[in-house]
Amino acid sequence: MIGLPHYLTLAAILFALAIAGIFINRRNLILLLMCIELMLLAVNFNFVAFSRYLGDETGQVFVFFILTVAAAEAAIGLAILVVLFRNRRSINVQELNRMKG
Amino acid sequence: MGLMSHILSVLIWLPIAGGIAVVLLGDKGDADSARARQMRWLALAVSLLTFVFSVFLYMDFNNASSAMQFVERTPWIDAFRVEYFLGVDGISAPLILLTAFITPLVVIAGWDTIKTRPAQYFAAFLVLEGLMIGVFSALDGVLFYVLWEAMLVPMFLIIGVWGGQRRVYATLKFFLYTFLGSVLMLVAFIFLYTRTGNFSLLAFMDLPLTLREQQYIFIAFLLAFAVKVPMWPVHTWLPDAHVEAPTGGSVILAAIMLKMGGYGFVRLSLPILPDGSEYFAGLMIALSLIAVVYIGFVALMQKDMKKLIAYSSIAHMGFVTLGFFLLWSTMGGSGAELGMTGGMVQMISHGLVSGAMFLCVGVLYDRMHSRQIADYGGVANTMPTFAAFMVLFSMANAGLPGTSGFVGEFMIIIASFKANFWIAFFAASTLILGAAYTLWMVKRVVYGEIANPNVAALTDLNRREFLVLGVLAASVLLIGLWPAPLVDMISLTVRDLLVHVGQSKLAGL
Amino acid sequence: MQSYHLTIVLAPLLAAIIAGLFGRQIGRAAAHWMTIIAVGLSFVLSVLVLKHLYWDGGLAENYSLYTWAVSDGLRMEVGFLVDRLTALMMVVVTFVSLMVHIYTIGYMHDDPGYQRFFSYISLFTFAMLMLVMANNFLQLFFGWEAVGVVSYLLIGFWFKRESAIFANLKAFLVNRVGDFGFILGIAGVVMFTNSLDYATVFSAADGIAQQQIEVFDGRPWNAMSVICILLFIGAMGKSAQAPLHVWLPDSMEGPTPISALIHAATMVTAGIFMVARMSPLFELSETALAVVLTIGALTAFFMGLLGIVQNDIKRVIAYSTLSQLGYMTVALGVSAYSAAIFHLMTHAFFKALLFLGAGSVIIAMHHEQDIRKMGGLRKYMPITYWTAVIGTLALIGFPGTSGFFSKDALIEAVKDSHWQGQGLVYWIAYLSVLLGVFVTALYSFRMFFLVFHGEERMDKETRSHLHESPWVVTAPLILLAIPSAIVGWITIGPVLFGDFFGDAIKVNAEHDVLRHLGETFHGSAGFIVHALQGPAVYLALAGALTAWFLYLQRPDIPERLREKMSGVYRVLDNKYYFDDLYIKGFAAGGRRLGQFFYSKGDEFVIDGMMVNGTARSIGRFAGVLRRIQTGYLYHYAFAMFFGVTLILAWLLWA
Repeated sequence: MIGLPHYLTLAAILFALAIAGIFINRRNLILLLMCIELMLLAVNFNFVAFSRYLGDETGQVFVFFILTVAAAEAAIGLAILVVLFRNRRSINVQELNRMKG
Repeated sequence: MGLMSHILSVLIWLPIAGGIAVVLLGDKGDADSARARQMRWLALAVSLLTFVFSVFLYMDFNNASSAMQFVERTPWIDAFRVEYFLGVDGISAPLILLTAFITPLVVIAGWDTIKTRPAQYFAAFLVLEGLMIGVFSALDGVLFYVLWEAMLVPMFLIIGVWGGQRRVYATLKFFLYTFLGSVLMLVAFIFLYTRTGNFSLLAFMDLPLTLREQQYIFIAFLLAFAVKVPMWPVHTWLPDAHVEAPTGGSVILAAIMLKMGGYGFVRLSLPILPDGSEYFAGLMIALSLIAVVYIGFVALMQKDMKKLIAYSSIAHMGFVTLGFFLLWSTMGGSGAELGMTGGMVQMISHGLVSGAMFLCVGVLYDRMHSRQIADYGGVANTMPTFAAFMVLFSMANAGLPGTSGFVGEFMIIIASFKANFWIAFFAASTLILGAAYTLWMVKRVVYGEIANPNVAALTDLNRREFLVLGVLAASVLLIGLWPAPLVDMISLTVRDLLVHVGQSKLAGL
Repeated sequence: MQSYHLTIVLAPLLAAIIAGLFGRQIGRAAAHWMTIIAVGLSFVLSVLVLKHLYWDGGLAENYSLYTWAVSDGLRMEVGFLVDRLTALMMVVVTFVSLMVHIYTIGYMHDDPGYQRFFSYISLFTFAMLMLVMANNFLQLFFGWEAVGVVSYLLIGFWFKRESAIFANLKAFLVNRVGDFGFILGIAGVVMFTNSLDYATVFSAADGIAQQQIEVFDGRPWNAMSVICILLFIGAMGKSAQAPLHVWLPDSMEGPTPISALIHAATMVTAGIFMVARMSPLFELSETALAVVLTIGALTAFFMGLLGIVQNDIKRVIAYSTLSQLGYMTVALGVSAYSAAIFHLMTHAFFKALLFLGAGSVIIAMHHEQDIRKMGGLRKYMPITYWTAVIGTLALIGFPGTSGFFSKDALIEAVKDSHWQGQGLVYWIAYLSVLLGVFVTALYSFRMFFLVFHGEERMDKETRSHLHESPWVVTAPLILLAIPSAIVGWITIGPVLFGDFFGDAIKVNAEHDVLRHLGETFHGSAGFIVHALQGPAVYLALAGALTAWFLYLQRPDIPERLREKMSGVYRVLDNKYYFDDLYIKGFAAGGRRLGQFFYSKGDEFVIDGMMVNGTARSIGRFAGVLRRIQTGYLYHYAFAMFFGVTLILAWLLWA
């Protein structure tokens, strides 16, 4: 029987993968964006799992909210990316260090 | 009722409003434009009007009372019980008069020597004047602090915009030094506010405080005021600021802004913290004497006239703080009044004398664009009238009897002898050191053969410069020959203040 | 009389202000007429005041003009105390000043600063009168410093000359060293009496003498001794007593009239006057009197020696002034205040005469001041010559001249002053004043012979222009020669032994040497006869004869002596190295100390380490911190994640 722990483990693995992606990936900004999406997905998993486990639908409503926000975020993120690419001719993360003090 | 009941507000807001008007009406044109000419007449009119009102203040001032006079008190920020609370007594009134007296002279002195943005220049001085008068009359902690800090802004601009080569370094140093000092003053005010429930300085004075509290607050105040005075060793901003400031800026800085520090000690440190002041009195006297002797030697070796006068200012202000803190060392308190009155008189006199000295340097600088002593020599040959003024003011700077410079020094030396022979000994060394650095400069600048073609081409004072220096010379001599009106104005307030300071606050706990 | 007093003081001041501020408008003649009339008026009124006080038996007046300031119960006032001591000083000051005013018309005739000069000397007269007429310490100090300033302005009158402006700065600073002690002395007086008024202070003097003051911890000193010594330091500065004498010879850079007025007759005697005025205080401290005596004796003898090796006509007289001031100080030290004032008066006349005579010579020599280049001027300048004879005889104390009476009385007083008890001090003083007489005669006649007799050593050009000076120059000489010759004869009786000063000078009975001398005094002629039995007159004659022999008969001997005793000569020529000590020692040391404080203290420690050091260390810290700001997103993300983990961990465990 697949129980709550399994779902939580899956979510944790997804989250860890996403974080690893952010840290390890140094080439592609798109990958970064996708990793963030992945993090959100992991959170969504948790929401659904707990919602089911606790018998409370509110969690699933939150998932819809998060999905909407994620979609908006992806759109804006990609738009910024396009502008960035237009300006810098690169989406290589290692070259984007304008914020260096 | 009527004008006299709001005279302080008038004195504060008239110049500020005038300054704003000058900024709004003025353009960025150079000194010769018609608009600029109108603006400086406007600025002069406003500053003269302010001076006239300050004369009203003097005439209505009651020497026979040590209470606050011309009090105005209305709520300002009710939530924190901050008030718009003004009033003057014998300590602040002379300083207000000094401020109102010096500002028109500064306006006249900058009349056609300021070539860039003259309207803004004069406006800055008018605003500054209002703020300074405000500081001297504020009796609410927050009001005092706000005006105190606001004062930095016009001065910052005056040095930063119309200053010399290294003006950025100088302004930054000036601003950071003074700002750093005064922030702690605000902390102290807030602490006191938590005790009394309002920001009235008069309420602070009656508040009982433990010795430990008084010590901490004293240190907080000390930082703010010592920087302003400036006392050794936090004095190094002053020479830099003076050197880079335009003549008018130097005059205001030396004549009035330095007095803020001395005023702060008398208005705040001593009455609010009598026991804390007593605890630190020895330190204060030591620092004052270091200022007199050490700075006297340093002044001797300056190559830049403005720096020399700046250092001499520090030495003279050392006398002020010495006079203020003699109270606990004099035998049985006798002499304390003499010392403190002497300190007050010294502040006024120094305002006139150092202002005049900076104006003298300004006269030379306008002609030769150099402040280096080495670039001059034999000025008396080409500028005899100027030389006469310069020698007179130098003598006043060296504390010659008959000039105002002597009055305060004499009182303080006598008072310090009552305290301790060695205090008087080091204090009196200014007789030698002051004469040495001032007159050596006079020797190298004024006397001698004409040193170079530039000096040969100098022209004597024009009518405007003559007017400014003449007015100052007259007042320096007047106070020197007859200081009684000034002393009478101060003495009762000082006497009652000393009674207040003489009572320990620890007993009330 | 009060309106007289006020006029006496204000007339010269007013004239000085007008001549100074409007000199250009009113012109030269108006400037000198106005100042001369003003000072002349002061002189006439001063004589009237003296007449009123002495012959008409008027009472001394002591009143305040106005209150300068009141603080702490201390009344600081401006007022006059006019008693016979003051009146005598007023007459001397205004008379010499008037003579100098007239003389100046001739001496400064071609100077572009003509009006300025008259303004200054009138101003000086005002300041000096304020000093002598003061009835309190504040005004005394005012006058004291004011004469110093005018002296500063006048020494540097020819401000283009480097030597002049060096000398005036030096004079002012050395005087300020004296004033430093003086103001501390005044502060001491106020400390014990809380008053600046002479009368109050003098009446409280006994009280001060009972008190003690701990200058060094654990060593109580008598308060009166401390105060009097401090006050005397002021007198040492103004009256050029060793070791504060160095400014006076240099002050000869000023024009000759002021050398006569300020640096011989009046200002330099202010210290003597002050001590005499303070006699009620000094009488109560034998320690202070011993100091006064010692300093005076050393000055009298050693400064006289320097006069022998000087070649500048004015400097010879300057050293003679130093020596004579030493004599006066010696008199003060033995409580013979009247003798000091008496010598002050006669000295004012004959020394002013000598200076003005020297000025007359200098005019004739076209501003050549080296006596080695003069000689034989007698036949060209008869009036100057004969007045110089009188002046020189008075200076050496030739019997009958004014200088004789004052100096001999002074020496007698020293001789009689056994009360001092301090054997060594007494012998130093007595020997100094006796040997000083010989030295005085030697240098005076050396100068006299080198200038007026012997071969004419000037160049042809100068010789062809030699002639007697105009009447404005010679008239003052004659007018000064008269009192130089006779004033001693007339006044010694009343001034020294006739209780002339009354209450103005107070002497303790056991100190009163003059009273003792007075017992044997039977008229001026008797005094001469009495003096002929003492050594002083013969020493003076010996000195004069030595000078005659050495400088007229055998001019080669001084030359050889100089080579033989080159060590001594070098010491004398370098004025005992005082100047070197002060200039290379104190002045240079002060400058070095200032430079050290400035570069090491202000620039290095405070600005370098504390102020800019703070800024720098903040900068350095920030430099370390900025390394963390890599700008890489993944570093920030990592930091964020790491932080969240830390917070979570903390929350879980805590």
